[in-house]
Amino acid sequence: MTQVFAYIIHKDGVADDTALELIAAAKKIQADAQVTAIVTGSGSDLDAVCTEVAASYNEVLKIDNENLAYPNAEIIRALLLKMLPSDAILLVPHTTFGMDLAPGLSIKLDAAFVADVVEFEGLDGSTLKLVRQEYSGQVSTHVSCDISSGGVINIRPGAFAPDESKAASGTVVDKSSEAQGITVKRSYLETVVAEVGDVDITKSDVLVSVGRGIEDEDNIEIAHDLAEVLGADVSCSRPIVDSKWLEKSRQVGTSGQTVKPKVYIACGISGSFQHLGGIKGSPFMVAINKNSKAPIFQVADVGIVADILEFIPEFADKVKEMK
Amino acid sequence: MEILVCVKRVPDTAENEIEVNNDGSDISRDDLVYSVNEWDNYAVEEAIQIRDNVGGTVTVISVGDDDSEEVLRREMAMGADKGILLSDDAFNGSDGKGLASILKAEVEKGKYDLIMAGAQADAGAGQVGGMLAAMLDLPYASLVNKVEVVDDKKLKVGREVEGGNVEMNDIELPCVLSIQTGINEPRYVGIRGIRKVASVEIPVHNASDLGISPDTVGGAGSRVKVLDYFVPDLGEGAEMLEGSTEEIVEKLVELLKAKGGIK
Ligand SMILES: Cc1cc2nc3c(=O)[nH]c(=O)nc-3n(C[C@H](O)[C@H](O)[C@H](O)COP(=O)(O)OP(=O)(O)OC[C@H]3O[C@@H](n4cnc5c(N)ncnc54)[C@H](O)[C@@H]3O)c2cc1C
Repeated sequence: MTQVFAYIIHKDGVADDTALELIAAAKKIQADAQVTAIVTGSGSDLDAVCTEVAASYNEVLKIDNENLAYPNAEIIRALLLKMLPSDAILLVPHTTFGMDLAPGLSIKLDAAFVADVVEFEGLDGSTLKLVRQEYSGQVSTHVSCDISSGGVINIRPGAFAPDESKAASGTVVDKSSEAQGITVKRSYLETVVAEVGDVDITKSDVLVSVGRGIEDEDNIEIAHDLAEVLGADVSCSRPIVDSKWLEKSRQVGTSGQTVKPKVYIACGISGSFQHLGGIKGSPFMVAINKNSKAPIFQVADVGIVADILEFIPEFADKVKEMK
Repeated sequence: MEILVCVKRVPDTAENEIEVNNDGSDISRDDLVYSVNEWDNYAVEEAIQIRDNVGGTVTVISVGDDDSEEVLRREMAMGADKGILLSDDAFNGSDGKGLASILKAEVEKGKYDLIMAGAQADAGAGQVGGMLAAMLDLPYASLVNKVEVVDDKKLKVGREVEGGNVEMNDIELPCVLSIQTGINEPRYVGIRGIRKVASVEIPVHNASDLGISPDTVGGAGSRVKVLDYFVPDLGEGAEMLEGSTEEIVEKLVELLKAKGGIK
């Protein structure tokens, strides 16, 4: 049986939500999978994470080294290359760290690589069948992956329901010696925290959120008008910030803010997982999009197929009229 | 600095609604508008800005069919000095590793200080840059949204991580970077710019030029294969409001009032 490993992301002594999602993912590959967690870091934070994770994993490999205090993917790639058996399956969360680590690791291990997996559909011999998405979630694909010489599989955060059974009580094995003597050509300096803006969208009850469908900087005004009559704030998707039409602090998503409003009105937003990843607390979601097949309609409560450039002003007028 | 930027011709998702074709073997390619992958365009702009600051050349490279030439030409109109097209029927159906190995063969024919790719393209995998770096034994940084040339041996780069925070790193040259959107404001390319480079020759290299054995790339050499395309059935989805705009607006106002969306 192929050995399955999971890379645990953690911060401030607490395991990331993905730690339990990877177990669920592993069990979709093989119902009786024995999963080994790999936890790298330094000091007491690392010990706390290992203890936490051992409740859910059969075995926890702890690698403690001061060079691992910050997860530099270049160092961790070299470390995993030393540690992993040649035909292993390694599950990694598809986060900014996972994207940094995994593709190159698969080459070094001569293992197959699949990014951003959302579902597994069985293992037949050495052929793993899985599901992923293309075109920002507009279409899905079944993919076959030959894992005869191992596989590095990146798992989309949130795609698998966490395995909360805590049924393992595994042992923590200290593998810190493996981290010795690793030198790399990239060094971590510091993290510059994102700037705060004039509006804190994480505190808003109602958000009028605009995406690329707004088409032009001048049109942002219609969103501000609607927000004003609703008593809402304006937020946006990433392309709007990339274009410098709104400030970064208004961006909703994994590389922006995590918001938890009561009502979220998505205007001309397709519904990529990175965008949806920033919306928590199950708000009442209204989606307005001219494409009836836009993925956002799968997650919204109410959908309207319309051109936002016409619909938003009419909607704002109506609300104004009623006041 | 000698800079190589990997670019891909992709269906423009801002211009097209992507749908599955009749037999699920592909997306429906009729009447699609193509353009350069958004992430790659930011990478080319960054390369041009670095070259303009410290000197050198920018070469754009693509693995694709004849149509990919138009994307290379567009990026040359932006300011890239050279284009190279890697094209062979044997390349069709290559997985990420196959693509990276094709690119590697060309990279090894030149001498580049900096290789850039977009952080991801239409398939959303984000794999080619990192694989290429590993094959070349070069340091790698992904999702880069800040590049500062320290000297001819070192860059300072920012990686955009969760929450929009930026992880600053020193990285030795030569290296490979994958570029995140928003790093710069890519310049506009007009018809006139494209005309200027219309007659510049773009060399085309095939598998044998690159010394690649056809069975190591394409569908034959791939361990990861797309079996089919489909639209998942995710249960109910949204309740769609229909009728005249006036009716829809009225309904929506009612719903929002009930949910506290109108104060
Ligand atoms: C590491 C990483 C992190 C990322 N982080 C984030 C993040 O934090 N937040 C984020 O948002 N994205 C993020 N992204 C980008 C993400 O993958 C998508 O590219 C992005 O969310 C798309 O934004 P959009 O929906 O506005 O644009 P598109 O996907 O282009 O969608 C535009 C939508 O507007 C519709 N439309 C067009 N015109 C009209 C009209 N006139 N009326 C009505 N509808 C119209 C279209 O049908 C389409 O559905 C990240 C990507 C990566 C790789």
